[in-house]
Amino acid sequence: MTDQTHAQTVLTTQDGVPLKVSISRALRRQKLRSVLLVAPLFLFILISFVLPIADMLFRSVENPLVPGTLPNTVVALQVWDENSGEMPPEEVFAALAADLKVAVAAKTHTRVGSRLNYENPGIASLFRKTGRRVKRFEEGDYTAQFLKADKKWGDVGVWQTIKQFSSPMTAGYFLAAADAQRTADGVQFKPEDERIYLFLFGRTLILSVTITITCILLGYPIAFLLSSLPLRSSNLLMILVLLPFWTSLLVRTSAWKVLLQQQGVINDTLVWLGIVGDDSRLALINNQTGTIIAMTHILLPFMILPLFSVMKTISPTYMRAAKSMGASDWYAFWRVYFPQTIPGIGAGSILVFILSIGYYITPELVGGTSGIFISNRIAYHISFSLNWGLAAALGVMLLVVVMVLYWLYDRIVGIDNVKLG
Amino acid sequence: MAALPPYASTGQRTWYYTFRIICGLIFFFLIFPILVIIPLSFNAQNFFTFTPEMLSFDPAGYSLKHYEDFFTNSDWQAAMWNSVRIAPMATIFATGFGTLAAIGLSQSHMPARSVIMAMLISPMIVPLIISAAGMYFFYSRIGLQGTYWGVVMAHAALGTPFVIITVTATLVGFDQSLVRAAANLGANPVTTFFRVQMPLILPGVISGALFAFITSFDEVVVVLFLGSAGQKTLPWQMFTGLREQISPTILAVATLLVTISIILLTVLEFLRRRSERLRGLSPG
Repeated sequence: MTDQTHAQTVLTTQDGVPLKVSISRALRRQKLRSVLLVAPLFLFILISFVLPIADMLFRSVENPLVPGTLPNTVVALQVWDENSGEMPPEEVFAALAADLKVAVAAKTHTRVGSRLNYENPGIASLFRKTGRRVKRFEEGDYTAQFLKADKKWGDVGVWQTIKQFSSPMTAGYFLAAADAQRTADGVQFKPEDERIYLFLFGRTLILSVTITITCILLGYPIAFLLSSLPLRSSNLLMILVLLPFWTSLLVRTSAWKVLLQQQGVINDTLVWLGIVGDDSRLALINNQTGTIIAMTHILLPFMILPLFSVMKTISPTYMRAAKSMGASDWYAFWRVYFPQTIPGIGAGSILVFILSIGYYITPELVGGTSGIFISNRIAYHISFSLNWGLAAALGVMLLVVVMVLYWLYDRIVGIDNVKLG
Repeated sequence: MAALPPYASTGQRTWYYTFRIICGLIFFFLIFPILVIIPLSFNAQNFFTFTPEMLSFDPAGYSLKHYEDFFTNSDWQAAMWNSVRIAPMATIFATGFGTLAAIGLSQSHMPARSVIMAMLISPMIVPLIISAAGMYFFYSRIGLQGTYWGVVMAHAALGTPFVIITVTATLVGFDQSLVRAAANLGANPVTTFFRVQMPLILPGVISGALFAFITSFDEVVVVLFLGSAGQKTLPWQMFTGLREQISPTILAVATLLVTISIILLTVLEFLRRRSERLRGLSPG
């Protein structure tokens, strides 16, 4: 064997340790040192960022409220077949009466009610109303007492909803986020005019694509000019690109809010120039136009910088060679120069698209109702409607889209090659 | 494109000037919104457009009253101090952890390098609203929601990717044999780090710190969810101001923030040139 023949001539260090062992020990030590250097940040990001995202994933499917508040009812409902169309048996009503008595004492029954109300409107008031009476319920024949408290308890649909949400995990939020609902015939999309979330996702995508395209159209000439000018003047002009990049997002948004108003600078100038009549001032804000203009301005540097770094590496001799062989200016540009800039366009577009798809502040301030994004809906569900599960499900869907794009960006550009300024 | 050759045809000449005009207009689009708020912030009226007095350069049309409001109004002052308290602390965390990690990541023996890198950069890529939602849920579970340290932690996490990227970029040009030479001459690792490595990567560290600072200083989405009234920062105050009662004081604040950006940009440009000169990449 080759190993044995080598064994006689093994190289050793001065203290007699075989060289291989010594090297691998040194390597191990270096490896350990680099791991130790990364470890603090790794742990920090894990706790401050990755766990919160994981928590959100969990919240989008978790369903603790119904099993936690109505434990006996959940157990009793297991024997009831929700597709039979019949009312649940007396034991279920008895279990619910016991659960509700506990829940009313702890004042948690309204929370279950409002949770189930997302799925079946009317349940919130049903729980509230029954909650007031359940203390006076007497032993025996709970079915009749419940029906006396509110005849909605005779509706099989109410029980179906309760049973649907009695498992600790639910896909309900995701169904709601995709504008679908569980009906007697399985999962179905809501009627066309009630599909708000798919519509909003669609609008977010369309507006993001529009913004990306306008960024390419405006960014390409600038990057081309900057890369062809001598270093001194291009550095000077670069400041005009970097200053907006460094200016606070809210400053730029407020600037657009001021400029685009009906009584703002742009409309005033247009009226003064006589292009627009005083009574027909353009509506530039609180609509999609406002969102597109402001976000293009905000994201344009993210397109120019990667384009510029690609264009700087393209040697001007290619263009000269093409022209010397008889290509017209346009032909040389389109067939020789442009194809070499496509990686830059790709990098810039993905970056701009990723950033714009999750934008919240600018659409909120200049978008009105027609220019808002899916993020605004997520924010609404967190702070106003308090439907955190739905917010989490919408967030997860958005996150998946962004992660696919991030992976694509990493494949095409490499995340190490991101340049800032 | 650099210069027009003397033999250029009329068509080429026309295109050359048309192209420059187009570029000029795009530059105008980029810079105009930022510059226009500066004179508007000196408006003597509570208007958001130029008054006739301002256009005729009448001194009566200008005043410092919006600045006065900013410096005397307790809401704005509280917001400013909160920003000043949160951003530097977040910067210290982000820069400290980020620099160490960047040094570790740029060593060739780092296992699972690309996966860890992708994870550490992700706070920059994940939409802010998602980070904000996740942090809001999770930090309320562990009792950090609505606290100073919660906001600092979140902002530090958002700032670290910038530190990693800038420090890694300076380490690309770093000659590892310098470390070995220092060790050979008897320096221990700590001395080597502070006397040899640190001075060379310092421009990257500082520009990373500036990025981290501006990330925290400008951040509004996360603090909107995570913070309580006690952590109301300047961008938060601006956001509520813009959404509810839009007052020209916002323009005065915006002008001050633009001034800060210009200072930061100058420092960064200076650092970039210094770093390139030190590493002998270009004559500067």
